[in-house]
This record gives sequence, C-alpha cells and structure tokens, in this order.
Amino acid sequence: MEEIAILGVGMHPWGKWGRNFVEYGTAAANEALRDAGVDWNDVGFVSGAITVRCGYPGYVAGSTFARALGFNGAQVASSYAACASGATALSVARGQILSGATDVALVVGADTTPKGFLAPNEGDRPDDMDWLRFKLVGATNPVYFGLQARRRMDLYGATSEDFVRVKVKNSRHSVHNPRARFTKEYDIDDVANSPVVSDPLRLLDICATSDGGAAMVVSSMDYARAHGVSDPVRVAGISTVTPTFPDTVIDLPYLATDSAGETAPPDRGFKASIGDRVYAEAGLGPSDVDVAEVYDLSSALELDWYEQLGFCEVGEAEKLLRDGVTTIGGRLPVNPSGGLGAFGEAVPAQAIAQVCELTWQLRGQAQARQVEGARVGITANQGLFGHGSSVLVRR
Amino acid sequence: MTPDSSVSVSASEGADTADTGDEGARVKSRVPVVEGMHTTEGEPHLIGAKLSGRQTYFFPKHLAGGDPAVNGPQDLEEVLLSRRGKVWSYTTSNYQPPPPFVAATDPYEPITIAAVELEKEQMVILGQCVAGVTPDDLSVGTEVELVIDTLYEDDEHEYMVWKWRPVEVQA
Repeated sequence: MEEIAILGVGMHPWGKWGRNFVEYGTAAANEALRDAGVDWNDVGFVSGAITVRCGYPGYVAGSTFARALGFNGAQVASSYAACASGATALSVARGQILSGATDVALVVGADTTPKGFLAPNEGDRPDDMDWLRFKLVGATNPVYFGLQARRRMDLYGATSEDFVRVKVKNSRHSVHNPRARFTKEYDIDDVANSPVVSDPLRLLDICATSDGGAAMVVSSMDYARAHGVSDPVRVAGISTVTPTFPDTVIDLPYLATDSAGETAPPDRGFKASIGDRVYAEAGLGPSDVDVAEVYDLSSALELDWYEQLGFCEVGEAEKLLRDGVTTIGGRLPVNPSGGLGAFGEAVPAQAIAQVCELTWQLRGQAQARQVEGARVGITANQGLFGHGSSVLVRR
Repeated sequence: MTPDSSVSVSASEGADTADTGDEGARVKSRVPVVEGMHTTEGEPHLIGAKLSGRQTYFFPKHLAGGDPAVNGPQDLEEVLLSRRGKVWSYTTSNYQPPPPFVAATDPYEPITIAAVELEKEQMVILGQCVAGVTPDDLSVGTEVELVIDTLYEDDEHEYMVWKWRPVEVQA
C-alpha cells in the first residue's frame, strides 16, 4: 500500500473540562498545523471524526472544525465509527490524498462527555440494539469488559492481580505524559482495593470518559518532500475492517453473537483480523513492531490485544506482562502514553491520539516516556457495532 | 412493592403475586418489557430467527443480521431458541446502569449477568441471572436454563424479561 506522511500532530490535554468540544479540536488542529509548518490555507481536505454527544455540530464535525479555523474552501467529510472514528477519518483522508484529490489534509476529532456510564439515546427505542442491551439486561460497557476478563481467567488462568499489573504499568507510564488526565502512579494495593464495578474488574481497571481533542496533518510523500521533510513518520497501513461471519465472541452492543450452526467461525477472530489487515497493507509483521498503543478500555483487554496483534501466543499475555516486555525499557512497550486508563475515552479523538503518541515516539520526542530507537509502531482499537481500527506507522 | 416481589422465578406460578387480599387491590398484569423477544405463556423460550434451509440463527428476530453465504435477500423464519445452555462467561453490574434501565429494587442491588452458549444454535446470548445468583455460583460451562421473570414493576404491571437460572441451584 502506498504510504502517506504525517507532517504534524497535536492534542488538547484530556480532562473533564466541560467546555465546548470545538475548542479542544481547534486547539489540537492548530497545534498540528504549527507542528507541520503548514499554512491552514494550504489544507485541501478536512476529515472530521464525529461526536454523537454534542448535538448537530458534532454530527458535522469536519465542517464545524473547518469553520472554527475559518472556512478556506477545503473539501470536507465527517466520519462516525464509534471509538474507531478517528481511524476512519484518517482512512478517508488517505483515500483523498492517494487519489490525488488533495495534497494535504487535516484529520481532527474531539469530544465533551457526560459524567458516568456512556448511555444510549433517549426515548423508547426497541429497534436500537444499543437501547435494548441497557433496557433488558442492564449491560453497560463494563459488563462486556467483565465478560471478556472472566473468560480470560477461566480459560488461561489470568488472575485479578495480572489485570492490576496492567494498570500499575500504564500509570507508571502516564506520570511522564503532560497530556494525560490521570498521572498518578498507582501501586498494586490502590487498584486491588478499588471497588468492583463488573466482576472481576475494579474501578481502576476500567477507563473513564473524558473531554479531549486530537489532530494530525497528513500529506502525500511528494508534498512532504517539497515541504522539506525527507524522513517523515509515515502511515504504512490502516485497518477499518468489519467482522467476518460468524463472529462468535459476544461484543458491544449486541445481545447475541452470530450463529456458527451452519458456517464454522473463521480461523482468525474479529480482533485478530484487525491487526492482520494492517500488517498486510504495511508488508510487516508483529516481530517488526517496536511500540504499540492499544485500546485498554479495561486492563484485561490490553492483555487480549497482545495476543490478537501477534506479540505472543494465545494464553501467554500474562507472561509477557510479568516479564516486563511491555513496560517502557522492555522489548515491546505497550501504551507508553499511559493508555486509556490514564486518558479516559474521548471517543472521536482516541484513535487519532494513539497515532499522535506513536508519531512522537518515532520522532524521538516522547521525552521521559521515550521508547528508545522505535521505528515501527502499531495502534489497535475497536468501535462498537463492528468497527475494527488499527494504524501502522513507520519511519 | 417489596424487593422480594422481583425474585419470583417462574411465570407459571400464577398471577396472584400482588394480591394483597384487599378487596380493592388490583392484580398486576404481566407484560413483556419489549414485545416479541420471548414467549409469554407456556414453556419459556427466546424468539429468534432462522435462515430458511440453513442452521443459522439470530436473536433478537427483529434485529437479525445476515449470512454472507446467502449473497442476497435473507429469508428468515421465526423459531423458538433452545432454553438450556452453558455459561460462556459471566460478570456483574455493581452500579446501577443508566436509563433506559429500570432497577428492580431501591436501593439498587448488584445484578449478575451471564453470556450463555446454546449448543444447537452455536451462538451466545446475554441475559441477567435470576436474583440470588452470584459469580460464586457460576463458572464457564455451568448449565443454565431460561426463565421468564420480572425485570421491574410499577403499580399496574410486572414487566417481564428472560433470565438465566443455574439448573442445579434452584432459587
């Protein structure tokens, strides 16, 4: 797959600021433009990641951010794929660049989130799976995380302490990240003594919901060279795959899995297929990866990703963690940013923020959380209703 | 409106649970929370969909997906799903879920939720467990059966939904 260049990245710090999401996205966009040294008036395409929690301006996010920066006649699109929205927005921008429709694009997402559980739209909505799961079962997002965690314990012998260790590791990373919302270093007792939310997961195992914004300026390789950037961080692969029928692992927001009564499940399940696609596009494999940012909606889910991205065999993630492989200083640090546990979900910004972190890592600009010599990085993420999301970057 | 009224396990016990003996008291009628998800009389079953000529099932029926092997219109028929299965995984919700969830008790009491694998249909279905079941009662592989139970109630109705009950631990 032909590559595109990441010229600039920017993030508004994550927090619970309670201000207009447009402010966060615009701040991130301006930082990315400054970082790229690109004039806003040269941007030919704006790719917005939608928020569904901030009314109409959120549904037309691309246009909303373009107007805030001053309408410059650029073409525009807005994408929604739940937590995967940022990767989808990047994918749309890549298509515009590789088709030749534009040379340089701005990708941006931001959110202002309500307090507490993410909840479905209001009203009586029996035709909406997202409504049914709350109404009939009380199946919040952490319920699904709890099901996956318990399954890991019963099948592979994972323990609550393994999950706690993920949180402790990522909190240690977050101390060095000024953009993270939670930068306290937790020890094992802090996490183990926090209240159970969805057995076996505790409050500190589960990510919060946050306000935040992230943006990237991406371009054709020719534009980057003409712009004087000879060795940019490049996007070598993007995966936005859907599951392959039958998907037999229960996942948000469904009440049931597909049925494998007629057709056997594919050898590689949905989450594994997300990484497979991005490795294939990039012509690289798990052994090439130096650093990863994965979607730790819960601490236990980070362990699942180790296996699904091919860092180890199924059932061996706990060993990788315990051996320190995925800690900064180890062979393959995971979530050097601190991950979602330190940021909290700002849904449309999250997949973009993962790529921002990898860009700083590959440029050697991550300061005290730098992964030494990182040349290849991968993100993994998933949006409910079957949205895979992974981006592979290299230098 | 005692908390205990929500733990009645079997819908076949009769409709007299709210009968206080008071001449003026009305018997609450039982209505499904959402129509068409499960049977309301006779043996408890979830109502699913099945692809004609294939052993491919969906739940719920009205939000069925498709099988790409069909490569065209998905010809679905209504079918009652197996009422016994084995626990695929399980968890709890220790904090009250947000609306549209309605808590059965005030204050809220944690609920246990199971994902259950049906052998014939080769699919996994979520549901609450009946009151009193905790994670200690379950493990991957525990055999459970479907019951129709009260999710919550108001002055006029008991609102019914499916729940899972361990076969060997009768509530």
